[in-house]
Amino acid sequence: MLNFEACTITNGDFTLHANLSIPRGARVAVIGPSGSGKSTLLEAIAGFRGVTSGRITWQGRDMTALPPGKRPVAMLFQDGNLFAHLSAAQNVGLGLRPTSRLTPDEQEQVSAALTRVGLEGMGTRKPAQLSGGQQSRVALARALVQRRDLLLLDEPFAALGPALKAEMLDLVAELVQETGATLLMVSHDPNDARRIADQAVLVADNQAHDPVPTLELLDNPPAALRQYLG
Amino acid sequence: MAERAQPLSATPGRAAAFVVAAVILGTLLAVAWRAEAGRGLGPSDWAALRFTLVQASLSAVLSVALGIPVARALARRRFPGRRALIALLGAPFILPVIVAILGLLQIFGRSGWLSHLTVSLGLPPVQIYGLHGVVLAHVFFNLPLATRLILQAWQEVPAEQFRLAAQLNLGPLAMIRLIEWPVLRRSCPGALAVVFAICLTSFAVALTLGGGPRATTLELAIYQAFRFDFDLGRAAMLSGIQLLLTGCTALLALRLSRGDGFASGLDRALQRWDGKSTLAKGLDTFWISLAALFLLLPLLAIVLAGVGGLTTLPSSVASAALVSVATALGSTVILLLLALPMAAAVALGRGGLIELCGILGLAASPLVIGTGLFILIRPVADPFMLALPVTALVNAVMALPFALRILVPQARSVVARYSRLALSLDMSHRSFATMVLLPRMRAQIGFAAGLAAALSMGDLGVIALFADAEMATLPLQIYRLMGAYRMQDANAAALLLLILSMAAFWLLDRGGRRHAEL
Repeated sequence: MLNFEACTITNGDFTLHANLSIPRGARVAVIGPSGSGKSTLLEAIAGFRGVTSGRITWQGRDMTALPPGKRPVAMLFQDGNLFAHLSAAQNVGLGLRPTSRLTPDEQEQVSAALTRVGLEGMGTRKPAQLSGGQQSRVALARALVQRRDLLLLDEPFAALGPALKAEMLDLVAELVQETGATLLMVSHDPNDARRIADQAVLVADNQAHDPVPTLELLDNPPAALRQYLG
Repeated sequence: MAERAQPLSATPGRAAAFVVAAVILGTLLAVAWRAEAGRGLGPSDWAALRFTLVQASLSAVLSVALGIPVARALARRRFPGRRALIALLGAPFILPVIVAILGLLQIFGRSGWLSHLTVSLGLPPVQIYGLHGVVLAHVFFNLPLATRLILQAWQEVPAEQFRLAAQLNLGPLAMIRLIEWPVLRRSCPGALAVVFAICLTSFAVALTLGGGPRATTLELAIYQAFRFDFDLGRAAMLSGIQLLLTGCTALLALRLSRGDGFASGLDRALQRWDGKSTLAKGLDTFWISLAALFLLLPLLAIVLAGVGGLTTLPSSVASAALVSVATALGSTVILLLLALPMAAAVALGRGGLIELCGILGLAASPLVIGTGLFILIRPVADPFMLALPVTALVNAVMALPFALRILVPQARSVVARYSRLALSLDMSHRSFATMVLLPRMRAQIGFAAGLAAALSMGDLGVIALFADAEMATLPLQIYRLMGAYRMQDANAAALLLLILSMAAFWLLDRGGRRHAEL
């Protein structure tokens, strides 16, 4: 269970209140108008933004004060998910050990993860030699070897075309199914949410609400969301 | 606090900044301690101050005044070789001063090309020594810089404005009023201040082309007080004046100047519709040719004059060349050890004071630092034994402001782009530095190292203070050859120095860019 206990998150002049729980293993879309604080919510979970009051717990353990790297979180950002000067395998390897060389066993894990995301034999390529979709797959392979309890997606597939994006979302759904990770994804597109998220958190009017079933929220949107969905 | 987590530590950068501040400000204290303020300025001190100000003002005004038509012509003309010419405008920065001086002597000297011409016309030969020689050399070095600074302002004019001007069919006068005058008003004060500041600390030019009571700069007066009279008190007092002058001017230059002439994209071609008249074309051709000749002829002359003597160089030149290469290498290593941590710390946004330490070098004078170091070292060791390490250190400190300007923007963008990813992967500071920051800054590191190596290789400053008769760097050896009227050897050695400096820059810059990923 991921718990926000009376949290206030500030980002400059902007304030977001969050008091909600997300069950373990859930697949949650974070929905709301532009600038409502969807990314801010994810950044608070990942530790890139401190909370000014309240606390965030995972499985009952307080992680409010932990630095980003020590949290049970793997996150994919809108861009800059790969180090452009490192090969695909090296990028994935960083998920296991963010230092120098990997043991043969760890190298095995890396190539298994690359194979799992459909990039068998492409480990030596640099990101520039991969397509946008393939780059996303490398980032997902890294999240896979990280074995963190929470997977946060801050629109990493936004630059991909519709078909490719759907393909990636399906891959994400399969991966979280296999690992049992809890998924939170920011989404601008209601179709993304419908595709893989069974629950949705509405972020609007400086408030992040408790998750509700996605279909219910999208089919009967509250006023703040209705205006955004059009 | 989680939100303050950083992928790197700012501590090494703070330590490096402290070292720089200690070198610059510590030597300052040493100088102040030895200065005999009560003694006041003698007539020759006043003369040095006056000459320093006069030559720097003249150099600045002439460089900028000539730079305006050249920049204007370069901004609106497209011709084959334009890129090469604009790149060449950056070359004097790493050109050893002594090489340029020998080149200028070949053209403007008593037995130079110009004198041959005047003598054959029945006129007396040209006289280069004195105020006008000093100013000529300064214009040679700073006309390209002024041109680049003004050109940069010109290139910042949005292309749409020229399109609009063409659409409105603006005449030349309207173009000047609406577009060109604002460009000049934006760029010229800064360019004037920058050139003035550079010429204030001129040492090698004044040493070779000036001298005598009527053409001595403060920097040269410090050297003479130190070297000939061993009057540390007077050297220190002159250093104090010099410091006040350079400090104020550097502040002014920083405030007035926005660009630094390092901006990329100066060779970007912009479509222009104005300046199509025959007169305008002719004038632009004149200015571009004049600037190109003025820059290229001395270099060509030194190549021609030196190439014959290359094979018969005395062994003293060879050993001086080795000393120079070693010093330049040492200086480059010191520079990188200082600049990289400082750039990283600045990139983390913890750099207010660190940035200030980085630009202190702009206000410092090498001879003042040298005097201070001499005063500090003398009680504990023989300063002449430490001549080379001191030279390497001072050269590194002087190159630091430029290195930081090259390194900081890239360090900033790497930190901005990758710090969240590194933090979420729990990368250690060390891993981030070695696996991300350094590999991604290769090109900039190579460029900065190349500049530092070339600057140190060609430097004729502190070494002149510290060196004893047995030891010399290549520039100092060339100066000594000139003093002994062995011009053939001096020219050949200058050509060797030119080759070494350019090779050092080229190797390091190319080495950094090779295989570098963007």
